[in-house]
Amino acid sequence: MTLSDIQTILNAEVLCGHDAMDREVQTAFACDLISEMLAYAGSETLLITSLINTHVIHTAEVMDAVGVVFVGGKKPADAIINANYTGIPLLSTPYLLYKCSGLLFSNGIEGCKRETTE
Amino acid sequence: MSEMNETENIHKPRLTMHFKVEEEDFIIAGEAASKTKKALQQLGLKQEIVKNIAIIVYEAAMNIVIHANYGEVQVIIVPAYVTVIAQDKGGGIPDVDLAMQEGYSTAPIEAQEMGFGAGMGLPNMKKCSDIMHIETQVGVGTTLKATIYLHQSDAKQVETGAMYV
Repeated sequence: MTLSDIQTILNAEVLCGHDAMDREVQTAFACDLISEMLAYAGSETLLITSLINTHVIHTAEVMDAVGVVFVGGKKPADAIINANYTGIPLLSTPYLLYKCSGLLFSNGIEGCKRETTE
Repeated sequence: MSEMNETENIHKPRLTMHFKVEEEDFIIAGEAASKTKKALQQLGLKQEIVKNIAIIVYEAAMNIVIHANYGEVQVIIVPAYVTVIAQDKGGGIPDVDLAMQEGYSTAPIEAQEMGFGAGMGLPNMKKCSDIMHIETQVGVGTTLKATIYLHQSDAKQVETGAMYV
């Protein structure tokens, strides 16, 4: 499934990264804690979050996220999007975290692979 | 080149990065991680290694921002390994074993509102490194040293790539 398919499923707005919407997505990770994103999210994963600050965009870059979906209709300020433009597509969906995750899961997007081992 | 010289050579830093970190300067942590990642990518290191080192820099810098008065994060790249050294002046860590437990956090509410303070920082850094060492003194500060060994192919990249960064 591509990011464009995800945009359709989530009825999402693309905030930036229009030219990279053909990226493939296989796994996703939903979380509002930066360290948990860094600890558990595998590379090339779609990040789903309600955080809209600069840190989440840096984190997406560090964890090699394939894209970021902001839930609940949230959008980072334009200044944050422009200053931190990393080439990673940023999307905003009106759905809340549970519904957004459920829709993607039922369409075949699995949880990311880097689960806890203990 | 004699064997002695070759041994010395693989421990000679090819690239060193310094990031000064001030209390409550939350932006600097992500920027330091981002800059580290770009530099290591330019050197041509493998994606997983680059990511692990960037995570260590992010978490180490964020710990200083949240818990210390000021400090510095250094990334030292030699062909055989990469070392991240985070030194700070601040309150120190009263109980390192407790701080190493996943989920234990003393981060203030302002940090938690931004998504930090999950209590995953130190355990996360340990997972991403081959060796991690913490020296801390309550009321004085903390020095954390994390080392990540590079595979031979990555070490070769550092030797040849460092001059172009």
